[in-house]
Amino acid sequence: MPRERTARLPLLSSSSARRAEGAPSQERRAFKARAVALVLVLLSLALITIYLRESNGGVLHGAQRIGLSVVSPFEVAGERIARPFRDGWGYVSDLFGAKHENAKLRAELEKVRAQAIQNLTAAQDNKQLRKQLRFIDGPRFPDNYQGVSTRVIARPPNVYNQEILIAAGSGAGVQVNDPVVTPEGLVGIVTAVTSGASQVTLVTDQESAVSALDVETSAAGIVRAGPSASSDLVLDRVSKDARVVEGDKVVTAGWTSGALESLYPRGIPIGVVTGVGQQDVDLYKRIQVTPLVNFDSLDDVIVLVPTPGAGKAKQEKTKQKP
Amino acid sequence: MSGIDALKAGVLLLVAAVVQISLISYLRVADGYPDVVLVLVVSIALLRGPLFGACAGFWAGLVLDVASFQTLGLTSLLLTLTGYWCGRFGDATTRSSAHPPLIAVALATIAVALGSSLLHFMLGSSVPASELFGRVLLPTLALNLLVAYPLYRLCRRLFPPTQRARGEVSVAV
Repeated sequence: MPRERTARLPLLSSSSARRAEGAPSQERRAFKARAVALVLVLLSLALITIYLRESNGGVLHGAQRIGLSVVSPFEVAGERIARPFRDGWGYVSDLFGAKHENAKLRAELEKVRAQAIQNLTAAQDNKQLRKQLRFIDGPRFPDNYQGVSTRVIARPPNVYNQEILIAAGSGAGVQVNDPVVTPEGLVGIVTAVTSGASQVTLVTDQESAVSALDVETSAAGIVRAGPSASSDLVLDRVSKDARVVEGDKVVTAGWTSGALESLYPRGIPIGVVTGVGQQDVDLYKRIQVTPLVNFDSLDDVIVLVPTPGAGKAKQEKTKQKP
Repeated sequence: MSGIDALKAGVLLLVAAVVQISLISYLRVADGYPDVVLVLVVSIALLRGPLFGACAGFWAGLVLDVASFQTLGLTSLLLTLTGYWCGRFGDATTRSSAHPPLIAVALATIAVALGSSLLHFMLGSSVPASELFGRVLLPTLALNLLVAYPLYRLCRRLFPPTQRARGEVSVAV
């Protein structure tokens, strides 16, 4: 009696399987997959087109805000759970640069110690003189703003979008065009708000522009993102006659023109001049500015919310979402 | 495409997107970080074919775009194409391979980086090619290859290959 055995033969290609299963069925499946993929691609293209063409109050933006409101609690929870791991990763990463930074900081500390005593005296003198002269000069940062401290819940998803998400939204009083800072300096500006989260466009974004001035020489210009995707900035539109030296501090200009005011209050530190150059064919100086804020390790930020009654004009160019 | 598989893939990609945004995007080497959502889409597509891969890619992209407040549809477009292509790739080779789909992950990473760069360039944002390759693509590629095997194993457990997909056939002798 012949014995029947079953053997499993591995197939190296799917062609035999196709033959065994029947070509029409395979073709139908392939056609269906192709059709669905095509529909999804067209749907994606439609989403992109509508999203870019509609205003911030459009249907898709609204749906996205609702979606973000649903997802943001998970992101906040994820951020809290992930924080120790992130800190651990940050610690390990920082160790690589710690040795070099240590020597640099020690040298800097010596200078700062010497300056600290002078600064204390100068600050006292300054305060006294300001009171005496009743120095009122344009928007005064501490008077017109209150700070909303919050956490960063999402970092830029790629190098093209220099935007972060923060865990404070309209519920905390945050509005579009509110400046965002850290104790080190300017971070960016709020460009979209939901009830529990906001999007902040960093000053390193290619479409950001901040009117700024050199503290030491008062040379005025506009701080923009540098030509590369690294964190360096450029101080643009500074006349070739103006004097700018390496090491100068750059702060927000906080201009006032009639009833209009800059979006950024005056005197927020932006960065330090690390390179100055000019060529005969250029209209302006070429000034490189290294930001004071380390955008790679942003964890907590402060949103400057205007106090009631502090009028703000929205004239300064900020990133406009298409 | 079974409902259970779709549900599992939907939840897995949703969780992965949240983890990606809140944790993994901080684990940067230069400007690159492991793109677990991409690797999961590739793995799922390899295991379940182009139809499932395209749908998984679309969903993952949509969640990422919403959760990171980016242009809606941009990531969906890239991941839909990636999912579809990887599904075809899985069909053309075999889904029973015990080896991690390193080739698929590598090619998908490069394709998504270049596609993303092209789309952003068309939308007005650009990055110098040297930085894209040196600071973004190479670290991301290395990190994606590093996580490819464990994530593929996880997906194989969640989405076990069907008999047809195992590339086996019973023959009476």
